[in-house]
Amino acid sequence: MSFPDIDCPEHAQLLLLGQSGSGKTTLLHVLCGMLQATAGEVRIKGQNLVTMTERERDAFRGRHFGIVFQKSHFVQSLTVLENLAIPAFLLGDTFDLQGAQALLDRLGIGHKAHDRPRDLSTGEQQRAGIARALIHKPSIVLADEPTSALDDQSTQAVIALLEEQASTLGATLIIVTHDQRLKDRYERRIELTDIVSNPLAS
Amino acid sequence: MSWLYIAWRNLGLKKLQTALSLILLAFGVGLVSLLMLTEKQLSDTFDRNIQDIDLVLGAKGSPLQLILANVYHVDAPTGNIRLADAEKVIRHPYIDEGIPLAYGDNYRGFRIVGSTSAYTDHYDAVWESGRDIEAPFEVVVGARVAESTGLKLGDGFFSSHGLQDETDVHTDKTFTVVGILESSGTVLDQLLLCNIETIWGVHEKPDEVTAYEDREITAVLLKKRNPLAVLTIPNTIRETNMQVALPAIEINRLTQNFGIGMRTLHAIALLIMLISFASIFISVYDNLLARKYELALMRTMGGSRAGLFFLLILEGGILSAGGSLIGIALSRMGIFILSQLIEDKFRYNWSSMGILPDEWLLVGMAIFVGLVASAIPGRSAMKLDTSRTLTEAL
Repeated sequence: MSFPDIDCPEHAQLLLLGQSGSGKTTLLHVLCGMLQATAGEVRIKGQNLVTMTERERDAFRGRHFGIVFQKSHFVQSLTVLENLAIPAFLLGDTFDLQGAQALLDRLGIGHKAHDRPRDLSTGEQQRAGIARALIHKPSIVLADEPTSALDDQSTQAVIALLEEQASTLGATLIIVTHDQRLKDRYERRIELTDIVSNPLAS
Repeated sequence: MSWLYIAWRNLGLKKLQTALSLILLAFGVGLVSLLMLTEKQLSDTFDRNIQDIDLVLGAKGSPLQLILANVYHVDAPTGNIRLADAEKVIRHPYIDEGIPLAYGDNYRGFRIVGSTSAYTDHYDAVWESGRDIEAPFEVVVGARVAESTGLKLGDGFFSSHGLQDETDVHTDKTFTVVGILESSGTVLDQLLLCNIETIWGVHEKPDEVTAYEDREITAVLLKKRNPLAVLTIPNTIRETNMQVALPAIEINRLTQNFGIGMRTLHAIALLIMLISFASIFISVYDNLLARKYELALMRTMGGSRAGLFFLLILEGGILSAGGSLIGIALSRMGIFILSQLIEDKFRYNWSSMGILPDEWLLVGMAIFVGLVASAIPGRSAMKLDTSRTLTEAL
């Protein structure tokens, strides 16, 4: 699988659109260094992910990426607030408890801070997932199918929330989706179907 | 937040599975440790009481019974021997020292033993109060006896005939307590000591005096001067009603006999431990399978492969350390209950509850095996393909 050169300036918002099987998840995993590209390079903030060791990539991803998943998973044994403490622990930072509570409040789930993730509704879990992606103030927010399970109204709300929180942080927002509803919302968008059907495009 | 905290909470999420692993390991370790303690207590008690008694001289009968009756005071004596015959043996050139013992009476189930000061010297007895025996019917009381009967210095009491029951009381002769011994962990704790004349005196009518040749004692504890004594003495007493027995050999035989039972229990305990390790393995592995996505998630947040390995190892470590410590505590409870039950029967005080070096080894081994059992799922966690796991989970 090969991809064309994709360029995204800092603080921009980019939409990667593609049908399932179009390689968009692969691209997302390559972008954040979970998959190693066999050729080419992935440059983020001037650093090439491809030449890093795996441990460096783990640390780099943890530090600079916040990832929002389609279905929000959590460490089920921990409370929502404790889940937010994990990135700081893994990165060796001190956890900003007030900041975390404030973030949850901003996302409207402050009262759920001490609940187990499984006791939250789907919508609340989605918000908690966004909170976890943002808690360590990443420079890039990657959203993998953030809206595919949502109705029109919720889609608008979640996307607005993502955009708003990303711009509050000054983070680059990259949304990977097959959801056509988002198509016209972004000026910067790349349709992956074309690429895979035409490998020469790379 | 730490790996330890996450491991702890993960175990807490599966309470039943965790409890099962803990209970199994606790029982396995508890049983092994209980056996260790029992063996240690038994052999300590045996050794302390044998000290350097090489031979026991007494009436013919079971040699084991002779030892149990006269060294440990737990069985009935094999009979009496004539003092004159015994003295010949004591004066034998191969014999260094002989401590004569005579008994036949009890006070509230505790034996009254007539001997000489050599007996208390042999066990390095220390007086808690009072003095040594100077005259007939003066009694020095062992620590457990004093504690149990409440006898104090200057108290008088009557003895009962026989070694246990209290029906046939000799009301004509009064014993007087002149000394109380400190607890020594030896048979002295369970005895009332007097001189041999006292024992003879209890059973004589006031107006008749038994001729010297007819006086009898129960046994003599012998220390040899020459190793050949073990071979020679049996020959010299062949014609009498006496025998000599070697405490070390008889006790060895005894422990070997119930050693088979002990070994069976050991095997069962090890089997339980083995099952518990399987349970720990299943528990940690099950957690791994159920939480694959969580582990991948932690990788996306900056967690390393080594970190995930460490997390699962910690879960196994908490289970095996927790289980074995509970097991050690259980064995303490077990030995406490056992000692309550057995004290009435054997009058031995099993009080030392310190952790044996072997038990530390047991706990160390249990934790190590627990870690190994969790290292296998730990390795799988380490090799987890983050990208694929996240894709499949959708």
